[in-house]
Amino acid sequence: MKYYDIVIIGGGPAGLAAAVAARKNGAESILILERDKELGGILNQCIHNGFGLHTFQEELTGPEYAARFITQVKELQIEYRLHTMVMDISSDKIVTAMNREEGMFQIQAKAVILAMGCRERSRGALNIPGYRPAGIFSAGTAQRLVNIEGYLPGRKVVILGSGDIGLIMARRMTLEGAEVQVVAELMPYSGGLKRNIVQCLDDFGIPLKLSHTVVDIKGKERVEGITLAEVDEKGKPIPGTEEEYECDTLLLSVGLIPENELSRGMGVDLNPITSGPKVNESLETSLEGVFACGNVLHVHDLVDFVSEEAAAAGRNAADYICHHKTSDEIQDRCLQQNTIQLSTENGIRYTVPSEIRMEYMPEELTVRFRVGGVYKNCYISCYFDGERILHRRRPVVAPGEMEQIKLTREQLAKYPLLEKITLKIEEA
Amino acid sequence: METRNLICIGCPMGCPLTVRLKDGEVLAVEGNTCKRGAEYGKKEVTNPTRIVTTTVRVNGGTENMVSVKTREDIPKDKIFDCIRALRNITIPAPVHIGDVILHDVAHTGVDIVATKNIER
Repeated sequence: MKYYDIVIIGGGPAGLAAAVAARKNGAESILILERDKELGGILNQCIHNGFGLHTFQEELTGPEYAARFITQVKELQIEYRLHTMVMDISSDKIVTAMNREEGMFQIQAKAVILAMGCRERSRGALNIPGYRPAGIFSAGTAQRLVNIEGYLPGRKVVILGSGDIGLIMARRMTLEGAEVQVVAELMPYSGGLKRNIVQCLDDFGIPLKLSHTVVDIKGKERVEGITLAEVDEKGKPIPGTEEEYECDTLLLSVGLIPENELSRGMGVDLNPITSGPKVNESLETSLEGVFACGNVLHVHDLVDFVSEEAAAAGRNAADYICHHKTSDEIQDRCLQQNTIQLSTENGIRYTVPSEIRMEYMPEELTVRFRVGGVYKNCYISCYFDGERILHRRRPVVAPGEMEQIKLTREQLAKYPLLEKITLKIEEA
Repeated sequence: METRNLICIGCPMGCPLTVRLKDGEVLAVEGNTCKRGAEYGKKEVTNPTRIVTTTVRVNGGTENMVSVKTREDIPKDKIFDCIRALRNITIPAPVHIGDVILHDVAHTGVDIVATKNIER
């Protein structure tokens, strides 16, 4: 058995930022476990620009953004293992992992940071009829083939789903000489960032068809064409609206799912809405000393916010191991602890975190959330029990863009009996 | 007077901009929440530009491809010329972030630089 104070599962943007912050906050024994051949995670294949404006005040590409953190990890001499797959984590924080050099091995951690990221929703989740020919890829797979391996997966392309990766790949495939005919989106609004619609579709004259979906895939060995149809409010195809597209490739950009098999295995409580762990103000899961951050916690749009969130998880994990309390102290604390629940109503789907323990409330806490639909000229409101303490006007909010509010310790301290904080959308 | 409605691409916020023009001169940019937005609005209606990112082949490295970008934004109508200029380039490993891959791409005066480290 090996022993580390903090073991971080995943060496992508979340794991890297968590490691750097944990080290800077006094954690000496840290190990990052990464299954790929290099650190950086998905950033390595996100060769487009637009990363880092928030973190570094300059616009970087994905690999450049990753390199900034990888450099810090190396300078701070944080240990990491590549090509290493974590098989299991027990509820008492024994991490079982394997790689080619060491075979199977176990690590006892004092704290664990879950930073495994997410994966793409696949065709199987969509129930599209038709054969299973070659030529159907998730947008991220196509991105890897083009940007890392150097292969163009197809010449005539249709994209289903307007998530950011799909939009980015519409542009990327176009630049590489493919003909991207259309991006179809089931919902009446895009799932991606507005800027990506402008610079990835509009710039190249690629049409975006909202409220449309693929109802048939033609071809047995290779995709030969697809049929699009318009859908009604319930998402059902409207007969008579079918359009045929000849294509050899269908890319799917239909959502991301946090990868929580390990979390589930260790008994962490998950939130059915985010598919990620439920966490408190410290980004600590239902298991003490087990923290979560980045896309494994909830799917983000911007890596800058992943880094910010992960840095908080890293700091909190460092605090946890540096001030490791005995179980008696923890018991005492639980008894006197004042816990405030965060709940959502009317149009807001979830919040991260979902509870605040007043004793651990930082000076300022970022509460991140997503809305369930497009709302124009609305207010985002925050209630402390019955009292409205925030009423922020927003011209438009959409599910594709994560929102946040900040709460301060000072603000909460004025309400010693506070039990519930509620976030909701209110019409103007 | 002419008005153009744009979405700013300066950062992921995607602010909705309104640009007021008269005889091709920009009178005002509204709706931006930062300085970059005002600049983008002005540029987009007079001389639209983009940063271009792509990949070029690497010989003898740990990876087949290295990601690259234009060091600065280039005119939008030069995007495909830029991609064409890079299509047949193969560079030897090692390559490091910031290394110049191609000078003055497509006569834009802008260099193409590597955005990833690829070791031998």
